[in-house]
Amino acid sequence: MTDPARAQPPVRTDKLTKVFDGVTAVDGITFDIHTGEVFGVLGPNGSGKTTTIRMLCGLLTPTSGSATVAGFDVLTQSEEIRRNIGYMSQKFGMYDDLTVAENLDFYSSLYGLAGQEKKERMYELFDDLGLRPRINQLVGTLSGGWKQRISLACAIAHHPAVLFLDEPTAGVDPAARRRFWDTIYGLAKAGTTILVTTHYMDEAARCQRIAFLSRGHLIAIGTAEEVTRQFGKATIEDVFIELQERDEGVTV
Amino acid sequence: MTGTRKRKSLLVPMLRKEFIQMRRDRLTFALMIGIPIIQLILFGYAIRTEVRNLPTVVLDESRTEQSRSLVSVMEQTQNFKIVGAALSRNEVRDWMESGRARAAIVIPPEFERDIKQHKTAHAQVIVDAADPLASSAAIGGAALAASVRATALVDPHSTRPQPLDVRVRPWYNPALRSSVYIVPGIIGVLLSLTLLAIMSIAIVREREKGTFEQLVVTPISKTDIMLGKVLPFVVVGYVQMACILILGRVLFNIPIRGSVTLLFVISLGFIVANLGIGLLVSTMVKTQIQAIQLGIFFLMPNILLSGFMFPREAMPRVAQWISYALPLTYYLTVLRGILLKGIGIDHLWHETLILAAFATALIVVSVNRFSKTVS
Repeated sequence: MTDPARAQPPVRTDKLTKVFDGVTAVDGITFDIHTGEVFGVLGPNGSGKTTTIRMLCGLLTPTSGSATVAGFDVLTQSEEIRRNIGYMSQKFGMYDDLTVAENLDFYSSLYGLAGQEKKERMYELFDDLGLRPRINQLVGTLSGGWKQRISLACAIAHHPAVLFLDEPTAGVDPAARRRFWDTIYGLAKAGTTILVTTHYMDEAARCQRIAFLSRGHLIAIGTAEEVTRQFGKATIEDVFIELQERDEGVTV
Repeated sequence: MTGTRKRKSLLVPMLRKEFIQMRRDRLTFALMIGIPIIQLILFGYAIRTEVRNLPTVVLDESRTEQSRSLVSVMEQTQNFKIVGAALSRNEVRDWMESGRARAAIVIPPEFERDIKQHKTAHAQVIVDAADPLASSAAIGGAALAASVRATALVDPHSTRPQPLDVRVRPWYNPALRSSVYIVPGIIGVLLSLTLLAIMSIAIVREREKGTFEQLVVTPISKTDIMLGKVLPFVVVGYVQMACILILGRVLFNIPIRGSVTLLFVISLGFIVANLGIGLLVSTMVKTQIQAIQLGIFFLMPNILLSGFMFPREAMPRVAQWISYALPLTYYLTVLRGILLKGIGIDHLWHETLILAAFATALIVVSVNRFSKTVS
């Protein structure tokens, strides 16, 4: 964020493609995400959302095309990328047999925090995310909403420049979802760039821009208004269904 | 935070996490220690009952009071259990080849006459030495019985030669092996078995649970992940080893003639080599079931070809070549050398270096194969 050499957007993809055993999961998608933007990626299951995120995080190697995250190339600088991003995977990734505090302590340490700095950051996160009452509870015994909070805490412990959230609110109650989005907005306001995938249309409407994926194709991109106007629909949900049907009609 | 933060080792937090988890998972820890102990006891007692009651056939050509006394003393040692009488050498061979008898006591016609004439009386114990344990039990029993009978016969004032000579003739495997031969090997086999399995499962389990994906997206290096996983199990390996040694000593009288310190030092290479195989397995499989199956696949040649059960000298050449590629082969030499013969590093540096090389190579290969990506 402070690097003057980094004039390019925090996330940029160019014809990014991933093929698994002859099946194209992500098919030449190109987009930019701006600093401090909340960028939503929508699409049905199997549309390539998770594969895209995994390529951007360095967990998968793209088959072709290129991408940069926080100014670093996903093909050659994945270690630099790892230091500058936060990631919440779709599958809950915390250790069930560690407490909330132990999980956060572990991940903070992995992101290079130590001593007093680490301790202060941990308590800051406990307060910001309302985790205080649960810090000594084993993570495996927490309910969905609490699990989501500790995951987020671990993902942002190091103030990452870019935050990737893969269906972060799946299986979480509405009140917890609202609180989660408040936190997300707070982070974006502070300059964190956020890419979030979701199934929920109300959440899609909260994103500054959205991208539609279907069968690995990027089929629309823009603000909610732009996208609905472009397709002459009333809601994002209508657009979603229309685009998905059209894409399937073309490819079938 | 910028990308210029200096790279430092993240091994310490990784280790701290692993030890907290190990401490919390009491059941697994108990199994890691309990399983080898139970197996040792099973193995150990199975071996003991076997050598204590060798089914034995008697060919008594003397048919005298003296010969019957010898047979009865032999039986009292409990190493022999008389299961029948033979009338000829051919019949003895028949009993042995069919496996109905594992040993035979042969007493020649002149037995009592020799004793009476104050000559050395000869008797023979034939043993199926394909099982090295049987032969040593026979040697032990025969020597004991001979000395008991000799004491009864000897005239303290006489200067005649020893009254009794009971010779043991090993059949099928003339290169006799000691009864304690197999017991120290159990340490090596049990370490192999448990370390390989727990190591591969520990990694695959993280992958299955989804915590792995969250871990590899952090800046931790793959070397730190691997070492963080391996080192706690090195401690486990040593705890297992100490337990088996102590128990082996208490329950089965395994001799410890050499330096325990030296044994522990050399064992590091063997423990790490087995953990390395476990790591290698974990890089090849996707599920815990696959890890276990591949683990068993690696384990079988270790048990069959390392010389744990069957002497390597008697194996076909190809099996011998394979045995050279097994860490257990060298570790058995170390275990038997230190525990039974009491030899030192001057005779074992060769094995020590090979084990260290195995450990290094396996860890390096595993770390290289290990990928910080998901598929």
